[in-house]
Amino acid sequence: MLNVDVTKQLGELTLEATFQSDSPVIGLFGPSGAGKSSIINMIAGLLKPDHGTIVVGREAMDDTTRKLHVPPYRRRIGYVFQDARLFPHRNVAQNLDYGRRMNKLPPDATHLQRILDLLDIGQLQTRRPGQLSGGERQRVALGRALLSKPRLLLLDEPLGSLDQDRKAEILPYLERLRDEENIPMVYVSHDPDETRRLAGHVVMLKHGRIVAQGGPEILPA
Amino acid sequence: MFDITPEEWTAIELSLRVAVVATLVSTPIGIAVAWLLARRDFWGKALLDALIHLPLVLPPVVTGYLLLLSFGRRGPAGAFLDHYFGIVFSFRWTGAALACGVMSFPLLVRPMRLSIEAIDRRLEQAAGTLGAAPWQVFLTVTLPLALPGIVAGMIMGFAKALGEFGATITFVSNIPGETQTISSAIYSLIQTPDGDMPALRLVVISAVMAIGALVASEFFARRALRRVHGL
Repeated sequence: MLNVDVTKQLGELTLEATFQSDSPVIGLFGPSGAGKSSIINMIAGLLKPDHGTIVVGREAMDDTTRKLHVPPYRRRIGYVFQDARLFPHRNVAQNLDYGRRMNKLPPDATHLQRILDLLDIGQLQTRRPGQLSGGERQRVALGRALLSKPRLLLLDEPLGSLDQDRKAEILPYLERLRDEENIPMVYVSHDPDETRRLAGHVVMLKHGRIVAQGGPEILPA
Repeated sequence: MFDITPEEWTAIELSLRVAVVATLVSTPIGIAVAWLLARRDFWGKALLDALIHLPLVLPPVVTGYLLLLSFGRRGPAGAFLDHYFGIVFSFRWTGAALACGVMSFPLLVRPMRLSIEAIDRRLEQAAGTLGAAPWQVFLTVTLPLALPGIVAGMIMGFAKALGEFGATITFVSNIPGETQTISSAIYSLIQTPDGDMPALRLVVISAVMAIGALVASEFFARRALRRVHGL
């Protein structure tokens, strides 16, 4: 499903990552500064690798030998940021509809209803982002990414800015998402418990290098 | 005191027309320039920035004279526009609008530039990952979020254009009914015996219009700011 083989110089840090997996959820695990976010920014197309290839499904997104770099808006890769990044000038319903409109997809009421139910955000639709709690904001961001019908969903510490109670509130939604929607995910986290609960394949990073990869059993207790 | 004569009405109407046209034509150019200055690095950026601010520091009579030299009938730009497009600036109200547009441009661009610089670019990135091409990001994220600054710039520019005097009178003179705005009408009246009362009337009117523009700008800026903060 996902095949990454890249190098990138980021100031002092040399990032080198090679991994591939067909697992529904790939966990990128490691301390902050290990290069996790840079890797998913490269998968999203927000950052260009210096050398290497990124292949999603059977489609090459980056291939530096061919000078190929598909821009983010043509990748159909959803991205849930740590800080939600909802559009402040649009209400929840307009935020949710944004990806569908930009990709010129026909309205899909069943899909919309399923996502609203899955994330329990139906009652928030007329609210503005400034009127949402942190957990609600993150659920809307998740819905917004899903409704653009991506082929791959990237989650960059989506629980990182939430307290323990809010994390416990969101985690079950992520599990439902993994079990009910058929979208592969890359989940970035520095929390071993979160990663264990969600990921089927774990890539462990430290100082820009992969130090271990395999099943969730490789995670520290 | 408030028997406004037809000549005075003409000056008021002309001032408004000149300021509205100057502002509407300057706005898209101003947004483009503000975006370039806020977002792009290019050769000659400092020069462009200085050029825009020149009317702010030059004596207005110098700006007016430079406009006369370049956009007058015998000026290179003026002759070109007259010959190919039939647009004439010299001694016409359109010339007054051009002078006002140039003089007010730095005030119009500045708030626009600041508001574009203040936009969280991570929101634009997020729009990209949702499938928005760069021009769609500009129209659906950048422009709406810059709206408070765009409106503030338009109103500042409008207020400045309304009161412009030096460059206008130098470039297109002071012809009642064609280029005589409120400012130049006041100037003429002050030099006429018994002109004090009518001059004072126009002074009050121009003060009211300027204050009105500032109040309106404050109102729109506050409203737009609330939206940008997601409330």
